[in-house]
Amino acid sequence: MGARESASVTSMLRSRRAERLTAAALMAPFALVYGVLFVYPTLKMVELAFTNAPLIGPGAWVGFDNFRRLATDRLFSTAFWNTLYFVVLTVAPSTLLGLIVALGVNRLKGWLQSVVLAAFFLPYILPVSCVFHMWNWMFDKDFGVAQYILAPLNGGQHVSVFRTTPYFLPAVAFITIWWLLGFNVLLFIAGLRNISRDLYEAAELDGASRWTQFRRITWPLIWPVTVLVFTIQLILQFKIFDQVYLFANFIVRYDPSMVMVEYIFKEAFQQNKGGLAAAAAVILFALIMIISVLQYQLLRARGQK
Amino acid sequence: MSAGAQSLRARVDAPAARRLTRLRRIDRIGLLITIGTLALAILWAFPLYWAIITTFKHEYETVKPGLRLWPEEFTFENYAQVLTHTKIGIWYINSLITSTAVTVLVIIMAAGAGYAISQLEFPGRRFFWWMILASFMVPIPALIVTHYIVLSQLKLINTLAGVVGPQLIAPVTVIIYKQFFDSVPKDFREAAVIDGANDWQLLFRIYLPMNWGITTALAIITFIGAWNLFLWPFLAVSSEDKMNITVGITQVHDAFGVHYARDLAVAMLAALPVAVVYLLFQRRVTQAIMLSAGIKG
Repeated sequence: MGARESASVTSMLRSRRAERLTAAALMAPFALVYGVLFVYPTLKMVELAFTNAPLIGPGAWVGFDNFRRLATDRLFSTAFWNTLYFVVLTVAPSTLLGLIVALGVNRLKGWLQSVVLAAFFLPYILPVSCVFHMWNWMFDKDFGVAQYILAPLNGGQHVSVFRTTPYFLPAVAFITIWWLLGFNVLLFIAGLRNISRDLYEAAELDGASRWTQFRRITWPLIWPVTVLVFTIQLILQFKIFDQVYLFANFIVRYDPSMVMVEYIFKEAFQQNKGGLAAAAAVILFALIMIISVLQYQLLRARGQK
Repeated sequence: MSAGAQSLRARVDAPAARRLTRLRRIDRIGLLITIGTLALAILWAFPLYWAIITTFKHEYETVKPGLRLWPEEFTFENYAQVLTHTKIGIWYINSLITSTAVTVLVIIMAAGAGYAISQLEFPGRRFFWWMILASFMVPIPALIVTHYIVLSQLKLINTLAGVVGPQLIAPVTVIIYKQFFDSVPKDFREAAVIDGANDWQLLFRIYLPMNWGITTALAIITFIGAWNLFLWPFLAVSSEDKMNITVGITQVHDAFGVHYARDLAVAMLAALPVAVVYLLFQRRVTQAIMLSAGIKG
């Protein structure tokens, strides 16, 4: 009896050990990759921000010097405000337009709905450099098809969209909305489909108008999805680089249109100032962390209600 | 009696008739909304149509004034030019290798880690879970500087392996696997354990096969993401032979000068694989997107 009990205990211990070994084997690749390519780079970035290191090689500890320099650097403040401007130009408009389009698409049925949805969604899966080539052609000063709309607005003169600083970020924002709208539409449609049809039928029986139905049923029930789409776009657009860089690279002076990731890129890879670039990266990191925490609090607050 | 019934019916009918006219008016509004949606959809599809149609025009036709919605003369010369005069073949192969490697590695790592965190008891389990959730907050583009440093220490700059590396950070994939493994009924597990199955058999015979759909969806979306990624492949590689296609096609612009039909031909070729994958697996792609956004599809 006692022997059997101890045997079962050892077998349990053995299976416990086997479980831990299996877990170790399953977690090892993940832990290795995360350690080398995520945890270490993140900590290293923070450390680097307090040194005057070049991109490759050691540097001396300089305390908060890099942050002080960023505070007075005209180019960094340009990059910071441009990023905010770009966020304002894209996030709310693409969220709102996404909802409007989703409401429209959701009314359609069958193959027509699939085709219309594909029209909005297909741009989203294109590589950014493909989007760049397409719109560079659309907006071309001499032969671009968009000039048929832009020129009359500009008193018959063709507009050099990407070489005119005030037009640059709005144009790239417009292209970005065109590119990514399908993602928002998709999430909103999923949200709309989760709203029970019964609610609308009941409202119709009560004679509620379309606008009342939207305000009293659709809007409150789609609100969580709206928050989700809004914050996803917010975090995404703070990290803007690709489009701005590609379009700006064909302009001689591209500093006025610089955004934060572009600033990090320039300081690190063109000016060879690893420390300063890391400090700018820490600021971007902090900004996105604040947004993430706010989003979490916002969603949790609603959940508790 | 009958007069009373008639007046009653009239009283019932009057609001009904009013409602009917309102319905008719609402339908007119509905029709307007539908037309508006369709018009916007056409507008949204136009740039892609315009790009595709331009690639089949002769270069001289692209600069002729007027809106030409169909080529005067259909030509494949732009594609021929691009295929023979650029390194697009090598870029394609590089993209294919790196995107496939990212997809396979991410799926293996995420499925393994997801299973361990979901089903096994081991020290550090909560720590890993919190680290995965926290890694959401770190903007990967902010890590370009230190990624470059780490990969140059590993001598992986300007190699395909270097392009793959940082793309393996995919917390969302692990989270989705964990959630789906969590929702596999415990009965399956207990029955298999009684039959003497070990964890590897559980993972490969029960947990993964029950979630093939999720694996397909995640693999497709990971592949599309890896194919489309620009910033890191652009930084990691400097020689043309190691570039992947999204980076390579931005170089063509410099090589050709202003040759829009060719630029666009090369751009369309770059987009072709992801467009085909999307059209073939539309439902999986949408499912994966909703899962990664936190909406169960």
